Amino acid sequence: MLPLELDQLTFSAGNAAIIRGISARIEAGPRTVILGPNGAGKSVLMRLCHGLLPPTGGRIVWHGAMNGGKSVDVRRHQAMVFQRPVMLRRSALANVMYGLKLAGKSRNQSGLRAMDVLEVVGLAQHAARPARVLSGGEQQRLALARAWALGLDVLFLDEPTANLDPASTQDIENIINAIHASGTKIIMTTHNLGQARRLGDEILFISNGRLMEHTPIDKFFRQPASSEAAAFIKGEMPWQ
Amino acid sequence: MNSLGEAFAAAWRLIAGFDAELAQVVGLSLQVSLIAVVIATLIGLPIGAMIAVGRFRGRQTLIVLLNALMGLPPVVVGLVVYLLLSRAGPLGNLGILFTPTAMVIAQTVLITPIIAALSRQIIEDAWREYDEQLRSLGARRINAAMTLIWDTRFSLLTILLAGFGRAAAEVGAVMIVGGNIAGVTRVMTTTIALETSKGDLPLALGLGIVLITLVIVLNALAAVIREMALRRYG
Repeated sequence: MLPLELDQLTFSAGNAAIIRGISARIEAGPRTVILGPNGAGKSVLMRLCHGLLPPTGGRIVWHGAMNGGKSVDVRRHQAMVFQRPVMLRRSALANVMYGLKLAGKSRNQSGLRAMDVLEVVGLAQHAARPARVLSGGEQQRLALARAWALGLDVLFLDEPTANLDPASTQDIENIINAIHASGTKIIMTTHNLGQARRLGDEILFISNGRLMEHTPIDKFFRQPASSEAAAFIKGEMPWQ
Repeated sequence: MNSLGEAFAAAWRLIAGFDAELAQVVGLSLQVSLIAVVIATLIGLPIGAMIAVGRFRGRQTLIVLLNALMGLPPVVVGLVVYLLLSRAGPLGNLGILFTPTAMVIAQTVLITPIIAALSRQIIEDAWREYDEQLRSLGARRINAAMTLIWDTRFSLLTILLAGFGRAAAEVGAVMIVGGNIAGVTRVMTTTIALETSKGDLPLALGLGIVLITLVIVLNALAAVIREMALRRYG
């Protein structure tokens, strides 16, 4: 699948330009954090990459998707976890199995696989409970399990901990790291600098629909290249 | 006043004694309306789901039309079905005018738009919430429609109950296409209309009581189901 190349990507809704010509090349490996203030266009950028929104200009190319001349169905190799998880009105286990069934797995296979991932995210004891009665943190862990079960190349996460308390946030971050360790490319948005620092290997800093910088995490915090990024860091961590 | 009281007393005696004529009329009513609801669901639910998740030209017009059809006047439906089924009509050779089958057809025509329009609304509301997640998981529109029907099943059930209530309480359409023939096509509403005009109040009142009870029970059932589902599934 990877690398993922964005070529002069633009997106407008009506007259409002939301993404204004972003070009970047995202390689396999490092955890990529898309950082920026609210309204910068992070979520829209992610939806464009994931294919939920069609770009109004530019191109999105999955360079790794051409396998011996045959193009691979890129949708089958990526998943997304949303800020507010959408749980189906059925059990936690059935929610995980739902994704596997759409991916064409047999019932037996999906049952085993689903129980495995529920175990890993610490929800095995809730497998039979209706997903919608779980707590917010549990639902988000379930959403991660549902995505993880699919065994993907790329996982997009859109502010996955924005509505959660610190303990749940830590659970989620641990799971994200475990998914990364299992070989899945992590691309996530956040406006939380602490989280960017904990989870990121490289930063794409977005401001007002433009890519301001694309740098390794250390460099970004040590010496941000753009004044916007410097101001953002200063605003979020004025004590530095 | 006295005769009204007597009529009520007589009505209770009919109900309590499972009067054969009353039971027959109630039974036919339930049978006709139940079959109509089943057929209307088989037609209306897929239409509602399709419009809910579909993106096609004329969709908005179709929705307006469908919503308008919810208010179809039963007598007009009766008239149209009558014309279709009458000897000279295009379906006249079926010979089903003035049979329970004709009544099922009329009620089906009456409530299919209700089930389609209301299920469209419910499924589309759910679709707004589920849309991105389902597409992200790779669901096609047909998968999405099935998933949404299943996930809104309790809300949809209340629509079916509403459709049943409308069918069972309707008088104009079944009167015209059924003909109100004693023992054959006489249902609760048409019997009430006839007996009242004849001045035979006990049977009319007895049926009225059964009908109102039925409507209340159905609505209570709908409320209980929703409440239970909400508590259990969130």
